[in-house]
Amino acid sequence: MHEILIEEKILARNDEIAAQNRKALSERGVYAINIVSAPGAGKTSLIEKMAAELKALGMGFAVVEGDLEGDLDSKRIERHGIPALQITTGRACHLDAHQVSHSLPWVFEQSGIELLVIENVGNMVCPAEYDLGEEMTVMVMSAAEGDDKPLKYPAIFSASEALVINKTDLAPHTDFDIGKARLNALKVNPNLKIFETSCRTGAGIGEWARYLAGVVRHDK
Amino acid sequence: MHEMSITRTLLETVRQEMEKADIKTLRSVRIRVGELTAVEPEALRFCFEASVKGTPFEGASLEIEEPPLKGGCLTCGLVFGTTLFERTCPGCGDSSVEIAGGNELDIVSMEGV
Repeated sequence: MHEILIEEKILARNDEIAAQNRKALSERGVYAINIVSAPGAGKTSLIEKMAAELKALGMGFAVVEGDLEGDLDSKRIERHGIPALQITTGRACHLDAHQVSHSLPWVFEQSGIELLVIENVGNMVCPAEYDLGEEMTVMVMSAAEGDDKPLKYPAIFSASEALVINKTDLAPHTDFDIGKARLNALKVNPNLKIFETSCRTGAGIGEWARYLAGVVRHDK
Repeated sequence: MHEMSITRTLLETVRQEMEKADIKTLRSVRIRVGELTAVEPEALRFCFEASVKGTPFEGASLEIEEPPLKGGCLTCGLVFGTTLFERTCPGCGDSSVEIAGGNELDIVSMEGV
């Protein structure tokens, strides 16, 4: 009987490719963010609304869209004059570093790009374990969900740097308490930067976009 | 459900190690799944059993260590068992506490002949 000690991360290969992605992006001056949320929290709407704000700040960006099927989301983004590439994951519930690595040649063909927005598959569990090579993970939750979400899905909140609480226009019509949601998120991750937005009214979008642009430009 | 893709990645590592060490029959694989990971040990066990059927890994057992969540105090250095929602060091009372364990997702070792 042989016992072999291995002692490595199960996702070591994914982490290696993520590190290569991170290096390739940084060499070309592109800052990448990974947007995660439950399905329907408003990831694509947030990107659409950010487009005008980032344009006004002179920040070029491209979007890689992860979905199980179809190219509905990339078509939505393209309507705003933003280059978008759809990755269909088939049955997989998350993007991985390998899939993202295949999109990088396309990203580098786009001119004047400072920011790459990777929209992950709508899922609050699996994306937490897969590093894609991003510099920032942005969690989106909406006022149509429960304000206790951070306590129920701690891994993904703990893996994020920023939290966008979206659909704040709905809050008065639901039992969602924005103050409680903030407290719960900070309990799980005291370092989270929290923003409140409504893609319907446009509230808070400017503040979020200016913060993001600041981080992208400061990081260079 | 990403437990399936994690199982596939795990078995690929096992296959490479078996080849290197010239092992023909796998007896067991030991892994570590921390409390804070987004991975469910029972789902992983189910995927492992389903994946090894009819392969050279059939009959091998999956042993899972489940390390609990630990906090590490940035002020006094104490490492202590904690919950995600408790951020105070029991040693010095400071609240600058970082996660010091419980996020492991590792392959530890394997046995075979």
